[in-house]
Amino acid sequence: MLLIACPNCGPRDETEFHYGGQAHVAYPQNPDALTDREWSEFLFYRDNTKGEFAERWLHSTGCRQWFNMLRDTVSYEIKAIYPMGAVPPGRASSGARARATSGTAHTTQKGPQS
Amino acid sequence: MAETAERESAVIRGLRRSPVAHLAEEFAQGSVEGAHGVALREVPFLTMVGLRVNPASAAGERVGAVAGGLPNSCGQVGGAADGSGTGTLWLGPQEFLVVAPEDVADDGGPAALVSALQQALGQDAGQAVDLSANRTTFELAGPSAREVLEKSCALDLHPRVFKPGTAYVTEIGLIPALLWKVDVQTYRIFPRASFADFLGRWLLDGMQEFNAAQVS
Repeated sequence: MLLIACPNCGPRDETEFHYGGQAHVAYPQNPDALTDREWSEFLFYRDNTKGEFAERWLHSTGCRQWFNMLRDTVSYEIKAIYPMGAVPPGRASSGARARATSGTAHTTQKGPQS
Repeated sequence: MAETAERESAVIRGLRRSPVAHLAEEFAQGSVEGAHGVALREVPFLTMVGLRVNPASAAGERVGAVAGGLPNSCGQVGGAADGSGTGTLWLGPQEFLVVAPEDVADDGGPAALVSALQQALGQDAGQAVDLSANRTTFELAGPSAREVLEKSCALDLHPRVFKPGTAYVTEIGLIPALLWKVDVQTYRIFPRASFADFLGRWLLDGMQEFNAAQVS
């Protein structure tokens, strides 16, 4: 059982929370211009990181607010908890860097806007 | 017009049934007196109003004045924190639950309180909705009440942490519920109506051991 420190409510059991998948997956700037493959990659393709992973969580039976968490997928250690929309601690430049290797890279290379 | 409304509300009051009315007898039988006692009862038909407003805004201040003060953070209760009058529980940063006696607002009932809150809110962002039928209220009281709760609530309920006049949104017996400590040995538990039967029986089960003779 993880003990998760909700930014609003303090430490609570993992059972009070719901997992929201990978964080910082940016919505495409021009979804209509995407090919089916690019769109499906945005919708369904997520990183499967071994190690530090930025993810979203919802305190569903508490304050019902979303927040981001930086968690080690091997040791389950919670490295940081930070608000929605914020840049993950230790990744000062771009919040979308986690996706830069997969989805975002495809859209910038193949998208008609480039 | 007013008379008709009064007559109708009197009829409705006579017809309504609380979610665990059928367990009242079992609650009375399962309650234990004495040094290790714990009593469970339902407090039916409390007035509850769901509030959504930014407490830092002007509207938040106006609404807070009607509700008796909005809580600032998790655990806090605005207004009457001992459950004696109108208290406001913190559900989220911009979400609150006003809990008041059934005959609040000079016996105007929930409708009067809701319209007062809506008037205070005005045209600003937010809402005040009558949620009186959404949840029911259990009152668990007695020297062993904390022990009963600790069987199925993961919060730290020790008195040095969980003080009278605080309330939390949490899980009790694996269902989402509000837990409000109104007094040193008295807790109010607010489960949703559809979970009330389950939680009532669950708490009764937890109380059973205190009914047995003490082994010295």
